[in-house]
Amino acid sequence: MRITVDTERCIGSGMCVLTAGEVFDQGQDDGKTVVLQPEPPPETWGSVREAVDLCPAAAIVLSTDRRSPG
Amino acid sequence: MGESPHAVTTMPTARRPGCPFDPPAELVEARRHGPISRYTFPGNRPGWLITGYDLVRSVLADSRFSSRKELMLHPTIDYGDIQIPPAPPGEFLLMDEPQHSRYRKPLMGKFTVRRMRLLTDRVEQITAEHLDAMAKAGPPTDLVTAFARPIPAIMICELLGVPYEDRGSFQEQVDSFMNGETSDEDLIAAYTATQDYLAGLVASKRANPTDDVLSDLTDSELTDEELKGIALILLAAGLDTTANMLALGTFALLRNPEQLAALRADPALADRAVEELLRYLSVAKTFMRTALEDVELGGQTIRAGSRVILSYHTANRDPERFTEPDVLDLSRQEGGHLAFGHGIHQCLGQQLARVEMRVAFPALVNRFPTLRLAVPPEEVALRPETADIYGVKSLPVTWDA
Repeated sequence: MRITVDTERCIGSGMCVLTAGEVFDQGQDDGKTVVLQPEPPPETWGSVREAVDLCPAAAIVLSTDRRSPG
Repeated sequence: MGESPHAVTTMPTARRPGCPFDPPAELVEARRHGPISRYTFPGNRPGWLITGYDLVRSVLADSRFSSRKELMLHPTIDYGDIQIPPAPPGEFLLMDEPQHSRYRKPLMGKFTVRRMRLLTDRVEQITAEHLDAMAKAGPPTDLVTAFARPIPAIMICELLGVPYEDRGSFQEQVDSFMNGETSDEDLIAAYTATQDYLAGLVASKRANPTDDVLSDLTDSELTDEELKGIALILLAAGLDTTANMLALGTFALLRNPEQLAALRADPALADRAVEELLRYLSVAKTFMRTALEDVELGGQTIRAGSRVILSYHTANRDPERFTEPDVLDLSRQEGGHLAFGHGIHQCLGQQLARVEMRVAFPALVNRFPTLRLAVPPEEVALRPETADIYGVKSLPVTWDA
């Protein structure tokens, strides 16, 4: 699983930080999503997927590589 | 598709007696017929009402639906052919991109999860002071004035930089244009007074910046007029919404004693409890959008220019999305309620509201283990459906001193 964020779309709601705080943070000046772990460990995948679903601006995108079923 | 949808011809003005927390029966009935209904606006103007979770969420995320003030119709009042002016500078809730971002962007860094959590100590302190004052004055008391209103009022005023001595009159003005019962004349007077007050405040921040959000913003390219609009949105939203969540939420907890006991017994339940109360109560009940082009939605064609009412409350009680949605279950695991909206307008201050509720609810119920209503539940005065934000006018409570 690999995470990318469209910072142009991000509206700084903080839902990703609230949902998966070990993977996401917000820039302290602009409030935009910062990805702490672009390739998050499997134990976080559930909450990362939830963060993707909850993002009000659909700014977080997940991609999977062929090696992992993420 | 093209099946003739259910029709709702007037917005319900009351909730069923004895069910102050449930959405009006007509809206629940509409959702039973499907997520989208026809709605007739006053003046016989055709429009739409969306009551189902998935459709409400998808419209909120869809830029083909506008939030612009000048495109809105009032759901219950016929203003005839009066042209509604666009939102004043800074009032970004009623704007689309790119204007919306121009105002939201400079604020985003000021309401982050981390910054809001840093306010926890201050919220605890304010909460403790008000609980102390309640205990000292003794029972009974009105929980709205003693607790629910002052906590968010102090927090948002401190954050924005409204001086302590101005808080009382300012609070009254905001209440009078949010309570849904103010006459047009008084409404205009309150709005004008608030505008004048904020104009003065912005001018004083520019002259003598202090350590607050409004002073920070004077450093940006935003004009005084724009700052005034931003301040109005932030203060009104930050004050009235959380105040009503705290009061109505306490009412709901008192009517669900086993849930209240669970919250008291397990501090770790607080985060989930806040989310569940937000979902269950949905005090910001409805929002409006206007289609900018023809849109296919739930088997219907929404024509360009059509007005759409989004019912957050019935969406948050949609049985297709939530298990036993009409049950208040503080341990509920299902997330994704729409109480703060969705899409680009999702509540900017939501993390502040969470911190306030996260602290205030447990502190209240633990400080007063025998807290109970001081009047029969049916005598608790509720805000009318015409108020933008639902809640109680007052909440008489008592306890064993």
